[in-house]
Amino acid sequence: MSKRDEERRRGVFTRRALLLGAGQLGLFGFLGYRLQKLQLEEGERYATLAEENRVSTRLIAPPRGRILDRDGRVVAANDLNWRVLLTAEQTEDVGATLETFSHLVPLSEAERARIERDIRRRRRFVPVVVREFLSWEEMARIEVNAPDLPGISVDVGTTRHYPYAEHLAHVVGYVAPPADTEEDDDPLLLLPGIRVGRSGIERHHDRLLRGRAGTVQMEVNAVGRVIRELDRREGVRGQDLQVSIDAELQKAVRNRIEEGTSVVVLDARNGEVLAMASQPSFDPNLFSSGISSAQWRVWTRSRATPLINKTTNGLYAPGSTFKMVVGLAALEAKVVTPTERIFCPGHYDLGDSRFHCWQRRGHGNMDLRAALKNSCDVYFYEVARRMGIDRIAAMAKRLGLGVDLELELPGTRAGFVPTREWRTRQGKAWNLGDTVVHGIGQGFYQLTPLSLATMAARLATGRAVQPHLTHAVSGRAVRGVRAEDWPGLGLPERDLRLIREAMWSVVNEEGGTARVARLPAAMGSMAGKTGTTQVRRVSREQRERGFRVESLPREWRPHALFVAFAPYENPQYAISVVVEHGTSGSGAAAPLARDVMVEVMNRLRPVVAAAPAPPQQQAAAPPDPPPPGPPPPDPPPPERERRR
Amino acid sequence: MMVFERRLLLRDRGTGVLEKLWLIPWSFVLLLCAVAAVGYVALYSAGGGAPEPYASRHALRFGFGLVMMLSIAMIDIRLIARLSWLGYLAGVGLLVLVALHGQVGKGAQRWIELGPIQLQPSELMKIMLVLALAHWFHRASWERAGNPLFLLPPILATLIPVGLILKQPNLGTGLITLMIGGAVFWAAGVRWWKFAILIGAAAVIAPIAYEHLHDYQRARINTFLDPESDPLGAGYNIIQSKIALGSGGIWGKGFLQGTQGHLNFLPEKQTDFIFTMLAEEFGLVGAMTTLVLLSLVVFFALAVALRCRHQYGRLVALGLGVNYFMYVFVNIAMVTGSIPVGGVPLPLISHGGSAMLTSMLGFGLLMSVHVHRDAEFGAARE
Repeated sequence: MSKRDEERRRGVFTRRALLLGAGQLGLFGFLGYRLQKLQLEEGERYATLAEENRVSTRLIAPPRGRILDRDGRVVAANDLNWRVLLTAEQTEDVGATLETFSHLVPLSEAERARIERDIRRRRRFVPVVVREFLSWEEMARIEVNAPDLPGISVDVGTTRHYPYAEHLAHVVGYVAPPADTEEDDDPLLLLPGIRVGRSGIERHHDRLLRGRAGTVQMEVNAVGRVIRELDRREGVRGQDLQVSIDAELQKAVRNRIEEGTSVVVLDARNGEVLAMASQPSFDPNLFSSGISSAQWRVWTRSRATPLINKTTNGLYAPGSTFKMVVGLAALEAKVVTPTERIFCPGHYDLGDSRFHCWQRRGHGNMDLRAALKNSCDVYFYEVARRMGIDRIAAMAKRLGLGVDLELELPGTRAGFVPTREWRTRQGKAWNLGDTVVHGIGQGFYQLTPLSLATMAARLATGRAVQPHLTHAVSGRAVRGVRAEDWPGLGLPERDLRLIREAMWSVVNEEGGTARVARLPAAMGSMAGKTGTTQVRRVSREQRERGFRVESLPREWRPHALFVAFAPYENPQYAISVVVEHGTSGSGAAAPLARDVMVEVMNRLRPVVAAAPAPPQQQAAAPPDPPPPGPPPPDPPPPERERRR
Repeated sequence: MMVFERRLLLRDRGTGVLEKLWLIPWSFVLLLCAVAAVGYVALYSAGGGAPEPYASRHALRFGFGLVMMLSIAMIDIRLIARLSWLGYLAGVGLLVLVALHGQVGKGAQRWIELGPIQLQPSELMKIMLVLALAHWFHRASWERAGNPLFLLPPILATLIPVGLILKQPNLGTGLITLMIGGAVFWAAGVRWWKFAILIGAAAVIAPIAYEHLHDYQRARINTFLDPESDPLGAGYNIIQSKIALGSGGIWGKGFLQGTQGHLNFLPEKQTDFIFTMLAEEFGLVGAMTTLVLLSLVVFFALAVALRCRHQYGRLVALGLGVNYFMYVFVNIAMVTGSIPVGGVPLPLISHGGSAMLTSMLGFGLLMSVHVHRDAEFGAARE
């Protein structure tokens, strides 16, 4: 090789090597640019992503607040509940893990479907409940086989327990998993096995009882194993709630009543509900552990409607218990004076219609007090006619009938009191005959036992008390506990006193319709009013053939009602009793009301003021001793018949 | 003056060992030590903050490699030149052996066990190919280099090992080997237009070749084009590597503080993704420093090539420089998500004996070129 060749070769090499070097430098520059782009320009974005990789946030469920009764008895508690959870991100194959698990503790198809659905709906680090309420034996089997069950963990949660079971189910309600449709962005609802209030107080005060979720931030590695805890924010436990119910009283009342009966006892002074019993009821504990669809069908299809609280959702015509409303309205409208007498011949004629009094023989001359005491229908036909339905309706609303009483139970019904305008809206005319019938509490009225008790309380105190169940939250009393919290009704005390006297005479005077309901003397006296509302029309022929209500099938018999307050001398408690198909207010409802009131007095130990005895207009009747023989005549439903 | 005297000394046959030691570029040895030290730090972190299992073995291997490198530096370059083709044949033989008896790793036959050492013959092959091609072009006069028939044997000599490596299958190393060969051809003075024809032909063949690629190789290319398409599968590595790099920021998360690495979000952090580990913990500053050290290694090789007075040494130095450059570029481009993931280590830094030892072998040869840069290759044979 020539020297020149060598020189030329070297020259070419040098040129090309430098070119190559420049290329390499360029590529190093490219790498530098990439690094700069990733670490400088997009650094923050990637830092966030790395943090998301590293940190896993989990929620801690706060204990749900307890519910206590007015004396601090626990009526809704949290019990321990051993359960098995599955964390999807900790197992490679959810199906395989569940398969292994089902060999230890059998899982039904439905359960598996539910678990897989939960896993799909939740983020992969959120544990999903596989099985709850495990026995010790099942727990042991799972613990022993833990290595073969990746993603499975065992923890102890809480479950709601209701010591009073069906006695307070309608008031306290129950908890269940949140509905899919729930519009609630509380992260707590994502927790496995969380229960929220679905009815009653549990639902109304769900937010208070629920508390706030705590969070734990954990550092996790690529396979989701927790390396350490980074941050822990404790949740806020749910607040304890005290309801105004006396659980033992409630239990006693419920044990005393039969199917189809509702009883409401209010503290007349402040509207607190002391007892609220509706028979039949259900066991709310079954909801906590997950209710079977069979049980649910039984409850929802039963004619006895155990899930429905009749005291707030049962609708009844008030019958004669409404006569105080009509009387007060008449006094206020001045269509009658307290002393004016109206003659009762046993029937009332209006145009070509004849309306009967329950007392076929007639009551003779009746003033308001006597008309209430004897439950004379003719008197109230007449005063109703004189003032019209709208003034009656207005008074009813003032006394708490047919209006929303804002009780803390979801779904509570306001009830209904008809007006002329309502009838017009229906495209029908309100005629005078309708007014007459509504004067004795029959017709279109639909009232709840709760509203009747409220009426009794308002009559007793003259204040617009509203029934309520919340006694205290976290130990602090809520509004409406003191009588002064409630405004007056704006009714003349003179009128009210007259009505109360009349109610006293119903129970305590010879010839009153509810003499069976007299209290033992030491407890003061009760003032009340009976009512009987027919559910089925009795024809004239039946009546003439010597009709006896006892011969009817049970579901055709009239409802029996009674409203009262006590002690008359210093009103503290108001009560309403509705016995479906109880046949007569004085026969079925009044004695029950008496027993309940005795129970209330015994339990709550009222201070009986040495009040003056009510003025007795008919001095002939000494209150003691009780009359021998059968109770005073039942006021059966009145009869309206069309004359030919 | 001094330089002149040294040259004089070298022209004498039988230069002494002491003189050769004197000629060894100690600053380069120091540079290699610095790179290896960076590797030690990274592997210490990858081992969870302990010298076991990676860092201590890394140091041991480097020490062994250092001795080997210096020993090779002493060997006369002319002797090495004479043995070039023997080495080449040995390399091809090992590739055939691995194809027949190799250890399967990640779906490919890549390793053979040689006593206690696991050897990847493809690593060795790249060096042997450089030596063989350098020897071929060293002997060629300028006129002969332009003869297409003269180019046929070296082209075959390149394609045979490339084919064997692709067959393993190892797409990345195969292509790298091809490029190293191409670089030697280029530096030897093969005409521009000949490269143009080859590249044109490759552009035609590439789509056809794609059809014959293994599924996992195709998947790599596809995932590269759109890593987010399969975030939990093949794209996971790239995404997590980018997250780790990016989250390092300017100053990094601190030594042993890299969350992506230590919580195992980063895959293969001690081998292919060791650079990511460094960049996460030491940030842009650490990554750039490492990049500069690595580029100094590459450019030292280029400097050696430019100073060498014989074509064999020039081509060997250039080829070895390109070899190391390819490791560095492909690896870092891979972890930054710039090219498809290809199982290419970062020699002297990542864990793995084969890459370390073959690299040190290459550096030994490079030093031999440097030490013997003025050697006379007798009279050029025509």
